[in-house]
Amino acid sequence: MVSPNTELAYDSKIEGDVIVSRLDAVINWIRTNSMWPMPMGLACCAIELMAVAAARFDIARFGAEVMRFSPRQSDCMIVAGTVTYKMAPQVRRLYDQMPAPKWVIAMGACASTGGMYRSYAVLQGVDRILPVDVYVSGCPPRPEALLDALIKLQAKVRREPAAKRLFRT
Amino acid sequence: MTATADVATVLKEKFPQITGRESLDWPAFNVPGDQAPAVLQCLRDECAFDLLVDVTAVDWGVGQSPRFTVVWHLLSTTRHTYVRVAAACADDAKPSMPSVTGLWPGANWHERETYDMFGIVFTGHPDLRRILMWEGYPYFPLRKEFPLAGLDTSLPDPEVADETGARVKPAPYMGGPFVAAPGGPMDEAEPRAKDQSWTERQEKPS
Ligand code: SF4
Repeated sequence: MVSPNTELAYDSKIEGDVIVSRLDAVINWIRTNSMWPMPMGLACCAIELMAVAAARFDIARFGAEVMRFSPRQSDCMIVAGTVTYKMAPQVRRLYDQMPAPKWVIAMGACASTGGMYRSYAVLQGVDRILPVDVYVSGCPPRPEALLDALIKLQAKVRREPAAKRLFRT
Repeated sequence: MTATADVATVLKEKFPQITGRESLDWPAFNVPGDQAPAVLQCLRDECAFDLLVDVTAVDWGVGQSPRFTVVWHLLSTTRHTYVRVAAACADDAKPSMPSVTGLWPGANWHERETYDMFGIVFTGHPDLRRILMWEGYPYFPLRKEFPLAGLDTSLPDPEVADETGARVKPAPYMGGPFVAAPGGPMDEAEPRAKDQSWTERQEKPS
């Protein structure tokens, strides 16, 4: 069916330079599509994290290709690898240095639960020191799985009452 | 074989207290602890064992005497043979051994690791700190009385420990240790606990 009306959405002639939307939608739209990761690569999972960033899987398609090695410029910590007790305080410290809003993805069995390292030296799941948003299973997870985790996290962020939190004192 | 015999005769001549040590592969010797650096130097300078491959230790178990034995492995890069030297620590409670960092600078980290894991103090070591566990960790994990799951203690950083309330806890064993069944199809050979009747929440039946 051919419609004579070609102006399906925003019409600059009618609405001028104004777009009406919900503040939540705008903020979350910005946040979800520029989620800069803090790559917390601690063990073998970090190799898959690199693959995610490389050309074949290309996390840039989801706006998260800007791996920031400075916590102050990042939004989402991806814990990729085995967190030892010796490393745990540093991981937490880096998380504390990230500006809010911030999210955490626990990538792989080790970061999620300690994985196969049921030992005296390994933190049994990074959720003991950080609030984890998305867990990714696998040892290591396929790069697609991490992309899926990112998409899930974006869906989660989209539901957040961002504006309310913005003006909260 | 001639090389092997050489080493034994050279050593026996210089250090009469040395005895042979049971070994399945390379020549091995038991040495009194205080003579160990001299023996190793002799091996390095006179028998061409120029490379220190490994410094480690054996814990023979709680109540054994001598309890700790330090073991050195040397390689000759010209003759392509190894030799193993072992020395028992005299004190079972506070084991110590002279350091060989003066002979091979590479011994530094090996000795730090052995100290970290077994608590053997290498006297004369320039910087004997823990290398794998953090400074202030109260246990020596490779000692026989130390359980694989670990023991309860606090996190290395008190500030983070306060903030998160996290502690170093024994790892959940869930009926482990986990063992793989040899042979058979892959899904049956998967490592699994021998006794699965208990979990983290359901205490082990005593
Ligand atoms: S989950 Fe597997 S691949 Fe990932 S860090 Fe742990 S052992 Fe390595």
